[in-house]
Amino acid sequence: MIPLSWYLYLAAGLFALGLFGAVARRNAVAILMSVELMLNAVNINLVAFWRYLAPAEIGGQVFAIMVFAVAAAEVAVGLALIISIYRGRKTVAADEINLMKW
Amino acid sequence: MFASITPEMLLAILPEISLLVVMAVVFTADLILHGKRSSLPAWLAVGGLGLTLLLTGLFAQPGAQPQLVWGGMLRHDWLAFIFKIIFLTAALLVTLLTVGWQKVWLKGEYYVLLLVSTMGMTLMGASADLLMLFLAIETTSIPLYVLAGFVVRDDKSTEAGFKYLLFGAVTTGVMLYGFSLLYGFAGSTSLYAIAAGIASAAIPAPVLIGTLLLVLVGFGFKVSMAPLHFWAPDVYEGAPTPITAFLSTASKAAGFVVLLRVMLAAFPAILVEWQTIIAAGAALTMTVGNLIALSQRNIKRLLAYSSVAHAGYSLLAVAAASELGVVSLVYYLLVYTVTQIAAFGVVIVVWHTTGSDEIADYAGLHRRSPMLALALLLSFLSLAGIPPLGGFIAKILAFAAAVEAGLVWLVVVAVLNSIVGLYYYLVVLKVAYLDEPKSDKPVPATRPQAATLLVSVLLMLILGVVLAPWYNWAASGAAGLF
Repeated sequence: MIPLSWYLYLAAGLFALGLFGAVARRNAVAILMSVELMLNAVNINLVAFWRYLAPAEIGGQVFAIMVFAVAAAEVAVGLALIISIYRGRKTVAADEINLMKW
Repeated sequence: MFASITPEMLLAILPEISLLVVMAVVFTADLILHGKRSSLPAWLAVGGLGLTLLLTGLFAQPGAQPQLVWGGMLRHDWLAFIFKIIFLTAALLVTLLTVGWQKVWLKGEYYVLLLVSTMGMTLMGASADLLMLFLAIETTSIPLYVLAGFVVRDDKSTEAGFKYLLFGAVTTGVMLYGFSLLYGFAGSTSLYAIAAGIASAAIPAPVLIGTLLLVLVGFGFKVSMAPLHFWAPDVYEGAPTPITAFLSTASKAAGFVVLLRVMLAAFPAILVEWQTIIAAGAALTMTVGNLIALSQRNIKRLLAYSSVAHAGYSLLAVAAASELGVVSLVYYLLVYTVTQIAAFGVVIVVWHTTGSDEIADYAGLHRRSPMLALALLLSFLSLAGIPPLGGFIAKILAFAAAVEAGLVWLVVVAVLNSIVGLYYYLVVLKVAYLDEPKSDKPVPATRPQAATLLVSVLLMLILGVVLAPWYNWAASGAAGLF
């Protein structure tokens, strides 16, 4: 059987990729996609831990499903906000949305 | 299936049930009005929140012993109860402040979102399980993202909502990664099972500290702890002012109760390390907040940085990690909530007449509207920690808790910071009292706004003068945690 640590390395790599994307990308939609990568890393962790440590209880699985559902809600709100910004100033580049600073 | 639900379990979530009913009523009223502008949803929300507050105070009091209810998801204890009262009071005062605010106050969905968010906070205060905690935090945050960007015609408001969402989504993702590791330590999502799992599995300290930092990113965002405070000034400036008041009081208090509960329940194995991390965060937070506040010209940004500084003082109480620390944190947040709502109440009323949030436009407020200037004076002096106002007692208690825990260096930093803070609060008061007004037009407040200001200023005075009942109340909340 594949050892647990492989899944954890995969999740850590995916998480790092997502975090890098969230910090480095300019496009607001791409930032939201990077956040999704981070959440998927969380899900891999949760399901792997569940399978290897506590397969008799469903806690980990339920947690992963909740993460899915909430992520969908978050993205829905995020896209709505991006659209309302785009209507106002015709851009979705995060560094151009800077009316307020300091 | 329903046979196992006891009346105690239902009473434990009475505030949430009540909020849900109020939400449904407001929503239905909004549907029936069918897009017509009406003040009905506002008054339904005010009445519903008042009723919820009453019901909670009368029937949802926990017993002497803390109880885990709903399969260990929620903890029915005094700390949760006290914070539920704080959240509901803040929501009620904010709803009253909204009455008459632009055209926003005639929209039903505004109140529905506010109620959902309040319900999320009351659940946050009671969560004893990672799954519940995550759901509660998101139930609080997602409506707040929408509310911060509520005024779609105002570019600043949408930008505030957008920035809040991006920061929130990224920090929540990092926090969740920490949650997934915590789940891995114990194979359970219950905070108490995790503490036991960490103790029995002998997890190495560096791994635990790393996980702690991941989790702390999410909580630090909620309480605007430096270096995760960047979003606060922008979001506070751009969001509709009543929502700013809500964000800086109830949302922040919710972050603190979660921080306290998780740190004390799940991380006793590395107590000294997390105390040090929080203490360093506290010193950085209050210094950054106060120093940047010195150069602000917009009053909402000034209050935002001042609120970052106050998060620093509250973190000092958390860092004490003692019973007195919890008491002082509860007292601090109680005082801070009413004080901050009074300050933002003045900002809202002034904005109505002048249409500006610049400090320069507060010139001669004293002559244009003496009562309003008095409310500003009292709330700013309380924020600065001048006796006999509540802010003074709150600061003394927090400093005492830190000294008791041996964090004397941190108290020295905090006292120096308080002096810096006093300066920028006095500058605003100087403008309002001594400068020549630009016009003689009075600055009128609507009746609900005036009532809110009166109530919060009175509470501020009472909290500063009559100490015993509030202190005992906070102490009963602290006792359940240790």
